[in-house]
Amino acid sequence: MATMLTPSRLHSADVARTAGVGLRTRKLRAALSALGIMIGIAAMVGVLGLSESSKSDLLAQLDKLGTNLLTVQAGGGIGLGSGQLPAEAAEMVARIGPVEQTTTVSEVDANVYKNDLVPLGQTGGITVQAVDLNLMDTLAGSLDDGVFLNEASAAYPTTVLGSVAAERLGIAEVTGTQLVWLGDQWFTVVGVLDQFDLNPDLDRAALVGMVAAETYLDHDNVPTSVLVRADPDFVDDVMNVLAATANPENPEEVEVARPTDALEAREAADDAFTALFLGLGGVALLVGGVGIANVMVISVLERRSEIGLRRALGATKRHVAVQFLGEALLLAAIGGVGGVLLGYGVTTGYASLRGWSTLVPPIAIAGGIAAALLIGAIAGLYPAVRAARMSPTEALRSS
Amino acid sequence: MTAILVHDDAPATGGHDAVLTLNAVTKHYPTTPPVRALQGVTFDVQRGELVAVVGPSGSGKSTLLHIMGTLDRPTSGEVTVAGHRVSDLSDRDLSALRSRHIGFVFQQFFLLSGYTALDNVADGLLYTGMTLATRRELAAIELERVGLGHRLGHDAMKLSGGERQRVAIARALVGGPDIVLADEPTGNLDSKTSDAIVALIEDLNDSGSTIVVITHNPEIASHFPRAIGLRDGAVEYDKLNGVH
Repeated sequence: MATMLTPSRLHSADVARTAGVGLRTRKLRAALSALGIMIGIAAMVGVLGLSESSKSDLLAQLDKLGTNLLTVQAGGGIGLGSGQLPAEAAEMVARIGPVEQTTTVSEVDANVYKNDLVPLGQTGGITVQAVDLNLMDTLAGSLDDGVFLNEASAAYPTTVLGSVAAERLGIAEVTGTQLVWLGDQWFTVVGVLDQFDLNPDLDRAALVGMVAAETYLDHDNVPTSVLVRADPDFVDDVMNVLAATANPENPEEVEVARPTDALEAREAADDAFTALFLGLGGVALLVGGVGIANVMVISVLERRSEIGLRRALGATKRHVAVQFLGEALLLAAIGGVGGVLLGYGVTTGYASLRGWSTLVPPIAIAGGIAAALLIGAIAGLYPAVRAARMSPTEALRSS
Repeated sequence: MTAILVHDDAPATGGHDAVLTLNAVTKHYPTTPPVRALQGVTFDVQRGELVAVVGPSGSGKSTLLHIMGTLDRPTSGEVTVAGHRVSDLSDRDLSALRSRHIGFVFQQFFLLSGYTALDNVADGLLYTGMTLATRRELAAIELERVGLGHRLGHDAMKLSGGERQRVAIARALVGGPDIVLADEPTGNLDSKTSDAIVALIEDLNDSGSTIVVITHNPEIASHFPRAIGLRDGAVEYDKLNGVH
């Protein structure tokens, strides 16, 4: 008798429109509930971005410094305190095939003061080190001001100061006439070094030439450490034989290290913080999701008459569910996109402050938005089902 | 343009052209004590009729509206709307029936704030599968019909009460439904505006719309050609007023 009914239909464009109704009519509430998700996503994107940016900075730094620098030091032997390396340690190390360069550092038993009036003992933590002339080459160091020691100046009472030492001795720029009171003698400051990334000990040292140390400071020049540049492909092999080569009699008294390991360890420690902050971001995201669920539940209760009206206009239960689920997704998506932008902004700001290049991994951006949508879907599910199950007569009667 | 919306799939029942048929409809609510909201209600509404269902509060008017509008199912009895037996239809089918064959007007208007009069009326066709452009085009024509052609772009919630009810009426009529059910359409309006709305309903009926107005006000019911009196869930009288 009756012809077929044309099923109710809602175009996908209209799904988006109806999902936006709640946001349009309750703007502040929508903004606040999206804010929760936004903070969570921003935290996660920011943390991932910062960790990635700092990592890329580290890689660039390692690239510049090279990971093939090794240090051989007199370590604490058994019950002997700080031992010594044999005088010929550097020569023996240099005979290892893949070793490209060696330089020795020998700690001098002397102190350096700004002038001869400074009370003894107020050393400012500055040490005096006798060094080879190829130190700068081996360490890829650079000068802030002045010149480094050379064949000529190394034989005279001249010194080059590490960056921290120069600061503590009050030397901002090198005039060539500045003197420091070093081991009861006046030494002329000829240069100031830039900071060493891999050998911070040298930042706090006054460097003198081996010859000058012997002549003026009565130093025996027995090396306290030998710094080695090895063929990058054989770094591990060289490391394995360094101790035995530097001190064949007591290899256990020798400490061999790769300074870049320290940087990598620092990065690993940063990674632990990254995980912690990611966890906190996750908690913020969860709280944001609960906020959206809360707002949606309230919204469903408040908008009973709208639900009743839509059922009267021909909406199926599914249409109502899709509308409210869509609204939760839209809120979460706004929060997610806002969070990604905020996180990116924070990363860019902080990275440029630290002089890093900004690097936000695409996975963080895609993952951030995906996580927001997932949270939105979960948060919107219950309110959507509740709205759909509402009987149209109840919904209309309640108004 | 409206021609495509007058559904020729709405069949005539037998020799009669009944748009709505209620046969021995009862509705009981299983509360304690149980409420017998409708008891054996039987009547037809023919195509083109203007009928008032009148009764005091508690007489079962709202329940009757919901059952006529397929928003609720009767406990027993038979309801047929536009040739479709409600008992044969699933929930989805009922939604489909409402989207194309039944229009609703509510006392509280139920307009969406922040949306224009045009979009509120266009929403009357939201679930028909028509495109937004078509819906708006038809909505504009319908708003013109109810005398709001100059208010298309206005925020619906900023219109006067009478204008808002006109928007709601336009929304109910926009699909050219077989029947329009109006629940106390003048309940929230002052007497002057109320008269204007009654006049509008009469005009719309004159141009072919089948309209059932539910009211507690016998005065309004007396304006309409036919009045069905409801008391305690049963039909008390069903009379022609001799107007029109």
